[in-house]
Amino acid sequence: MELLLDSLFNGVAIGSVLLVAALGLAIVFGLMGVINLAHGELMMLGAYTTYVTQLIFKLPILKPFYNSYIIVSIFLAFIVSGVVGILLEKTIIRKLYGSPLETLLATWGVSLILQQFVRSVPLAYGTGLVISLIIGLFLPTTFPSKIKESINFKYFKFSSWILAALTGVLTGSVISSSVSKLSRASARNVDVTAPSWMRGQIEIIGTAFPKTRLMIIVITLISVIAITLFLNQSAWGMRIRAVTQNRQMSDCLGISTEKVDIITFGIGSGLAGVAGVAVSLLGSVGPNVGGNYIVGCFMVVVLGGVGNLLGTVLASFGIGIMTDLIGAGRLLSIWPDMPLPLSNTINFFATTSMARVMIFALIVIFLQFKPTGLFPQKGRMVEN
Amino acid sequence: MRISRRILAGLATASLAVTATSCGGGGTSGSFDDTVTVGILHSLSGTMAISESTLVDTEKMAIEEINAAGGVTVGGKSYKIEYIVEDGASDWPTFAEKSKKLIDQDGVPVVFGGWTSASRKAMLPVYESKDAFLYYPIQYEAQECSNNIFYTGATPNQQSEPATDFMYKRSPAAGGDFFLVGSDYVFPRTSNTITKAQVAQLGGKVVGEDYLPLGNTEVAPIISKIKKALPEGGIIINTLNGDQNVAFFKQIQDAGITPSTGYYVMNYSIAEEEISTIGPEFLEGHYGAWNYMMSIDTPASKKFAASFKARWGDDRVVADPQESAYNMVYLWKQAVEDAGTFDDNAVREALVGQTFDAPQGPVEVMPNHHLSQTVRIGEINAEGGFTILEETGVVLPQAWNQKHPSSKGFACDWTDPSKGEKYKL
Repeated sequence: MELLLDSLFNGVAIGSVLLVAALGLAIVFGLMGVINLAHGELMMLGAYTTYVTQLIFKLPILKPFYNSYIIVSIFLAFIVSGVVGILLEKTIIRKLYGSPLETLLATWGVSLILQQFVRSVPLAYGTGLVISLIIGLFLPTTFPSKIKESINFKYFKFSSWILAALTGVLTGSVISSSVSKLSRASARNVDVTAPSWMRGQIEIIGTAFPKTRLMIIVITLISVIAITLFLNQSAWGMRIRAVTQNRQMSDCLGISTEKVDIITFGIGSGLAGVAGVAVSLLGSVGPNVGGNYIVGCFMVVVLGGVGNLLGTVLASFGIGIMTDLIGAGRLLSIWPDMPLPLSNTINFFATTSMARVMIFALIVIFLQFKPTGLFPQKGRMVEN
Repeated sequence: MRISRRILAGLATASLAVTATSCGGGGTSGSFDDTVTVGILHSLSGTMAISESTLVDTEKMAIEEINAAGGVTVGGKSYKIEYIVEDGASDWPTFAEKSKKLIDQDGVPVVFGGWTSASRKAMLPVYESKDAFLYYPIQYEAQECSNNIFYTGATPNQQSEPATDFMYKRSPAAGGDFFLVGSDYVFPRTSNTITKAQVAQLGGKVVGEDYLPLGNTEVAPIISKIKKALPEGGIIINTLNGDQNVAFFKQIQDAGITPSTGYYVMNYSIAEEEISTIGPEFLEGHYGAWNYMMSIDTPASKKFAASFKARWGDDRVVADPQESAYNMVYLWKQAVEDAGTFDDNAVREALVGQTFDAPQGPVEVMPNHHLSQTVRIGEINAEGGFTILEETGVVLPQAWNQKHPSSKGFACDWTDPSKGEKYKL
């Protein structure tokens, strides 16, 4: 019983890391069909946001609230990665819809730029730049419609960008002068330390569970529930689904597909940021952190069936449980006296490297029989 | 055709410009008779840049020190050392290519370079075919002995073997079972083969072994295996690489695998630099084994640390790989002066037998092109340094490990033409 619980927990823990990382991609790749190779780097930005938030919360004014920094950083990471995603959509991806190969190359290029950006720009000024972007992109949308419709709107827009730039430079230099660790560029990996209430273990029914793992499972569950509610209950969610199913028809019916694309991409990128917070709790934060997850993300989305959230959820937990079953050699402890050739085979695959080989092999075999994944999408677009 | 030629011309100009800017040193100073240009070849970009750039800093410092003390004196003439820094870009074929460039185009008499075994393996054929000389400063898995490479880092018998011995006989977990964890590449696998043979000789038991693919930070399956194999605590030998250590230590602490519950980790890839990245709070009470540790309390060690901080900033630390890099520049200088020429073959002959009062204590170049070194076992403390627990006497290097089944009974001696790379003892 204890063994089963332990194994199940481990599987769910591994799976939820995969799921939270793949969730944003499931939206961007699944719903929009954009192969975004910069997804991992959007995760990395989320992880760096956690690091910056942590350091800012160490300042004397915010010190009393230090323990809650991780919660704050979840929201901030969503916003930061979301805004960078929106910028990416507006400037590059929009021009490349319908040409997957070019999108693939362009987003790969963006991923390299983002990696090099965090290596060579001091994080304080990076933060300032992101703040400018947030203000510049969102301030004009808050103007009353009377101004928006006037012919001079472009001047308003222009001046709001100037304001944004000034605020960005100001925050950049304030952060840089108050937090010395953020004032210099460094390619070195940095470290996010979980607040004390999140370290150590909790005992449930005689088994000890690491708290950070539980926290990641909670973050994942909340993200999945929130995104499901958004897609199924809100007006924008409905529009997104409509555009996914039939873009031309939705366009004819008066849905602004351009706005839908921005929102979908923004949310997908924002979720990558949330995933960044989760992975920063497990390992170190560095320019390459996202690259470690990108293959796993695509694997999960493809296995689950492109465009299907339930498939993504099941695929990641499936892979998580299989990783633990094979990698930790669980079958041997469940059935200790199995015949020798079988136990040798299991032992052979019971290392992390070999478990990975095994899982990829199983997925390849599975896709031979169900090439469209667990839950293939049905609809007019697919039939075409 | 015309366009491509133009692009080629552009590229050529660009690369010339890069070469010109990458030349260090500056003009010949008045007090020297001549200059000699050496090559420095490490990764300045890519994943290895973080580690390798510290070696470039150290080598530049050693060169500046030598120049300040009058340069290299050969045949009564004093030479100022200048250097060309090339970027291996964490890409192993690039290391080979840049080596060719340094040897053929720049005509440097010596190249100081490399970190990963993969980069060394890529460079080795270049140096052997051109009969040039590479100085390689990293502790590594050995099982190699080239006439054209000079290895100043530790071989396994100068690091892992004394460490395993300490863990099994004198650590708080003495007599316990072993679990081996490493990244999935040549160094951890070779090192663990040696450790397994040694543990068997000592009468201990290795109850488990696992390798994490490079770039993977999911440690959960390894943790369940450790808990299953060592339910009451024991000895963990860790050869994980870089960032994977952060994931490993964060997650094992959360899972309750700590010194206070009887689990002691001996690390072969964690030096002062890595302790500060991982965070001492995760590492306190675990162990490390190195030839040099910053906490060595001798004038030579203190001077080395102090001049590095003075040159590169107060928050910088020095660690074992940097010390090896520092030593090799000085050893090359001494050998050149003894040989009375910059010629490779004469310097190679003069090099064997050179002694140097290194920050770790005296070192000597052995006939197998490795260094005799002192081994230290340290416990990681809350300040992010090592508390040195043990110190061996001078340990001779084994290029061919005497515990590894494939190399047992072999040795290397380049001073005797009848012996060479690998001869039976």
